[in-house]
Amino acid sequence: MVFERKHILGLEELSSDEIRLILDTAESMKEVSERDVKKVPALKGVTVVNLFFEPSTRTRASFEIAEKRLSADVLNFTPTESSVVKGETLLDTARNLEAMGASVIVIRHAMSGAPWLLARELSSSIVNAGDGFHEHPSQALLDLFTVREVKKEISGLKIVIVGDVSHSRVARSNIWGFIKLGAEVRVVGPPTMIPRDIEKVDVRVYYDIEDALEGVDVVMMLRLQKERQESGLLPSLREYSRFYGLTRERLRLAKEDVIVMHPGPINRGVELSSEVADDVHSVILNQVSNGIAVRMAMLYLVASSGGNA
Amino acid sequence: MKILVKGGQLVDPSQEINEIRTLYIEDGKIKSYPRGTKELEKDPSIKVIDASGKIVSPGFIDLHVHLREPGFEHKETIRTGCMAAAAGGFTSVVCMPNTNPVNDNASVTEYILLKARTEGVVNVFPVGAITKGQKGEELSEIGEMWEAGCIAISDDGRPVMNSRVMRHAMEYAKAFGLPVISHAEDLYLSSGGVMNEGFTSTMLGLRGIPNASEEVMVARDITLAELTKTHLHIAHVSTAGAVRLMREAKKRGVKVTAEATPHHFTLTDKAVLSYDTNAKVNPPIRSKEDMEAIKEGLNEGIIDIIATDHAPHTEDEKKVEFDLAPFGISGLETALPLALKLVEDGILTLTELIRKLTFNPAQIIKSDRGTLKLGAPADVVIFDPNKTIKVDREKFRSKGKNTPFHGWQLSGQILYTVVGGHIVFPT
Repeated sequence: MVFERKHILGLEELSSDEIRLILDTAESMKEVSERDVKKVPALKGVTVVNLFFEPSTRTRASFEIAEKRLSADVLNFTPTESSVVKGETLLDTARNLEAMGASVIVIRHAMSGAPWLLARELSSSIVNAGDGFHEHPSQALLDLFTVREVKKEISGLKIVIVGDVSHSRVARSNIWGFIKLGAEVRVVGPPTMIPRDIEKVDVRVYYDIEDALEGVDVVMMLRLQKERQESGLLPSLREYSRFYGLTRERLRLAKEDVIVMHPGPINRGVELSSEVADDVHSVILNQVSNGIAVRMAMLYLVASSGGNA
Repeated sequence: MKILVKGGQLVDPSQEINEIRTLYIEDGKIKSYPRGTKELEKDPSIKVIDASGKIVSPGFIDLHVHLREPGFEHKETIRTGCMAAAAGGFTSVVCMPNTNPVNDNASVTEYILLKARTEGVVNVFPVGAITKGQKGEELSEIGEMWEAGCIAISDDGRPVMNSRVMRHAMEYAKAFGLPVISHAEDLYLSSGGVMNEGFTSTMLGLRGIPNASEEVMVARDITLAELTKTHLHIAHVSTAGAVRLMREAKKRGVKVTAEATPHHFTLTDKAVLSYDTNAKVNPPIRSKEDMEAIKEGLNEGIIDIIATDHAPHTEDEKKVEFDLAPFGISGLETALPLALKLVEDGILTLTELIRKLTFNPAQIIKSDRGTLKLGAPADVVIFDPNKTIKVDREKFRSKGKNTPFHGWQLSGQILYTVVGGHIVFPT
């Protein structure tokens, strides 16, 4: 199979074969990361810009390492408040970077759909590093990669996503990814944080975490933003963690070999108790190191795809 | 100017006319329906239009447009907005007060009317703001705006959230016989929303505006209309629940009318699937069920009129992140062909459609227009309902090219628009 896409914008639009191709490519990239000299010349001469409108240490660092291991020329561009105040539009900013020779733009933006605007108007390849509440494909792909590595096969697994699904791009991308690869997906959280009509994509909705954990293979915890309390979706973080926090006791309801994932950074004592975070089940650090391999695969595939030939 | 419109299918719902009939215009008025035209045709001072096979109807009246002047002339001016109206078959437009400065006092009203007289090519009827600065707090000088020429009051786009203020506005407006136009939106429920709340907003990760934000306010304003016995007009109905509330209110004899826009009866919220900001509008384009309910409402007469909510914006303003793009669709120049689809689909007869574009809106603003009665102002439109057209936003007279219908193949072409006996389209 040949990867035909010029951009990777989200998992909704990828086919299951395309997802598998990215994961398989990531396997070889992981092998590169385990060598003494962690570098291949795949993107030599290609300029990749990391255009991050939102602060994000780990995703940006992970992309940057991935780009460097592929020998790309890397430019990190983090527009500050002042350039927004100066009134430059997103498109103008991106066009400037393209004029400097960028052929791949990795974009992180607080507003849903921003990468689609660039994909429509620019000639560069666009890789979405997270847009608003919409999609976060590199995170979901590394989650799929990690689960596949541990469980061998995704089809038939039961996954539960816990927390603020409404405001989570990680949740949306993972829902698409796991469903496309044949897993059963559940979501659980307070009803104020479950998006309208989500069950229409074949997701089971729960409001009780204990019901939701029953017999699952994978628990994916979402990060809770503190401002949700201010916007009236939650009475307090304390109450949230009582009803939706993951404890060792609750985890016993899941399958014995359950794995617990979290996109980070963790609010210890809110989404999950410290003991669970440190528990053997946790593959959180695995997720981080796999992130580099998956991002290498994404960049390599878009840069060498039919769309760019 | 004297005009003889020969042999067209004359459709005038105000007189229940729908037949082939010739129309003669002189001194800006509908002069006669001549039987023999030979004598008139010999007169070289008379412009003869052969309308055979075409529809001749009263000029359309759009009860909901944003002309943007004063203050936002980069989006539209009274001149360009009127030209767009003429191109769309509209001979009268009712313009909303959310300009800068807001039309909340007689001097702004006078400015708009002066500009309209000198630069506009169609009749312009301003709507005054309900409250000073559209802030929802203190009543504007409604009486003086009425004297200056306002024909309704509304805080369109910024609903009056304080129910007591709205109650007093409705009571007060009664003294001048002004209808109160409600942009029904509970700002707490819609807060931060940029599109319809539902499956599509969930998929796109965009903040939704629930149907309830409209319905809560429609229910409130119907209740207040009942209390104050004032004529309430609900702008741009977008939800099935609002149609249901209107149906119930009308049955009980509450003095309430309503409008629907072409985008709300043509599109569903899937129109924004690719983050197309040209389909970003407030109230948002909703689900298929809502769209069907609006069509039913039009069919049953619960929705009295079709209005465009013409809201022009520049391309630069729309070519941004979806969250940042302004709400609004440039609607004047696509209204007729989109509305004709209702006839094609059997929702309305041609006569009913024309009634909703002419006589009904005229009744709401108590205008003597919207009719071809002898002696009435000669506001006339001639169109070919069967001519296939392709929507091309580059050809819009409006400065606003923001349409989700670009490239659509539709039927219905405006051939002539006549205002007060003068041909204003084509120019």
